[in-house]
Amino acid sequence: MIWDWSYAVDILPELLRGLVVTVEAVLVGTILALALGLLWTVCRRSPRRWLSYPTSLWVEFVRSTPLLVQIYFLFYMLPEIGLTLSPLLTGLLALGIHYSAYTSEVYRAGLNTVPRGQWDAARALNFSRYQTYRHVIFPQAIPPVIPALGNYVIAMFKDTPMLSAITVLELLQRAKILGKESFRFLEPLTLVGGMYLVASLLAGVGVAWLERRLAMDKE
Amino acid sequence: MPAPLDLLPHLIGGLWVTIQVTLGGTLVAFVCSFLAGLGRLSRDPIVRGLARGYIEVFRGTSALVQLFWFYFALPLLLGVRLDALVVGILALGLNIGAYGAEVVRGAIAAIPRGQIEAAIALNLSPWQRMRHVVLPQALVAMLPPFGNLLIELLKATALVSMITLTDLTRAGMFLRDETLRTAEIFGLLLVIYFVLSLGITHAVRRVERAVSRGMS
Repeated sequence: MIWDWSYAVDILPELLRGLVVTVEAVLVGTILALALGLLWTVCRRSPRRWLSYPTSLWVEFVRSTPLLVQIYFLFYMLPEIGLTLSPLLTGLLALGIHYSAYTSEVYRAGLNTVPRGQWDAARALNFSRYQTYRHVIFPQAIPPVIPALGNYVIAMFKDTPMLSAITVLELLQRAKILGKESFRFLEPLTLVGGMYLVASLLAGVGVAWLERRLAMDKE
Repeated sequence: MPAPLDLLPHLIGGLWVTIQVTLGGTLVAFVCSFLAGLGRLSRDPIVRGLARGYIEVFRGTSALVQLFWFYFALPLLLGVRLDALVVGILALGLNIGAYGAEVVRGAIAAIPRGQIEAAIALNLSPWQRMRHVVLPQALVAMLPPFGNLLIELLKATALVSMITLTDLTRAGMFLRDETLRTAEIFGLLLVIYFVLSLGITHAVRRVERAVSRGMS
């Protein structure tokens, strides 16, 4: 038998420790992506062109270049400008920035569904830009796009193995180390794949549940 | 050549590998998308189950884990070492194909029921219905999401650098070790990938215009 069950059970605790690091990276990365994405979206809608044009280009650029190269870029460049972060911090910064380009697109789609009259009404009430977004636009624009945001969180989760490229001890990196020690790659890599599959399927069920909840709220 | 551009000749070889993986992966992804997308709509429960299983597994696990599994674990099962380029093309093609299958399924499912009933009334065979009625309409709807997936594929090709394939990213890493011109090299890499993405976007848009000609 090629597959060794006792070895698979032996390495499970070590892999689960990697899963914890992965989940930590996703949680912090998500907060960053949600906050930065909102910032890009508001800047892109600004009437000031010197702000909206470069932001649009920036979002487009981040979205169409590989995350792995962005991770390397931050990993090697941050120390050169005197900012020495741990590999994990560098990695989740890269994840957050990369996915902020995607969340920005989602927010934009949400904002586009808010009728123009809402903006006019807020102006008629003498709301400032901040008040308009905070009290009128966001409460209508963001809840409908929460499931779409959730899907990008799952996508981010599936991109975390890239952090192994900068030595972060997440799931895949631990599997690689275990494999090199024992010359057995089949068990660690298959287990890692299985863990990703189970976690993504569960997260997918969660997003579907959110979608139903929101549809019910609407009725 | 001026400062960052003198690095370009050293990256051409890697760029060629990146283009090969992108083109090969596109072909594999295209075939997988249609096989699995049509499979999910099949009347045979076994075909449906197989298509569903493929889609869930490849969408549910990470692309990089799939690459590693195909490169390091699969040879242990098969007893043969696979070429990194072949693994890169296959694994990424299968990965993007799983996402593409959902695009194909969605586009075909969105064809109004009346179209199919009309085709049946005209006594068209199932193959003729697909070929002359359903696909021409569904393809138009598939193109924009396929374009996005192509860009995802291009970005994912950077991952093959981690299974020892000297693509654009890995060529850049080697060049960095030699010259230590970090900012210029990574800046150049990002710009090259960005230009390639723009190229894909424009190509897809041209195809979109060509196919939707004469349609309302």
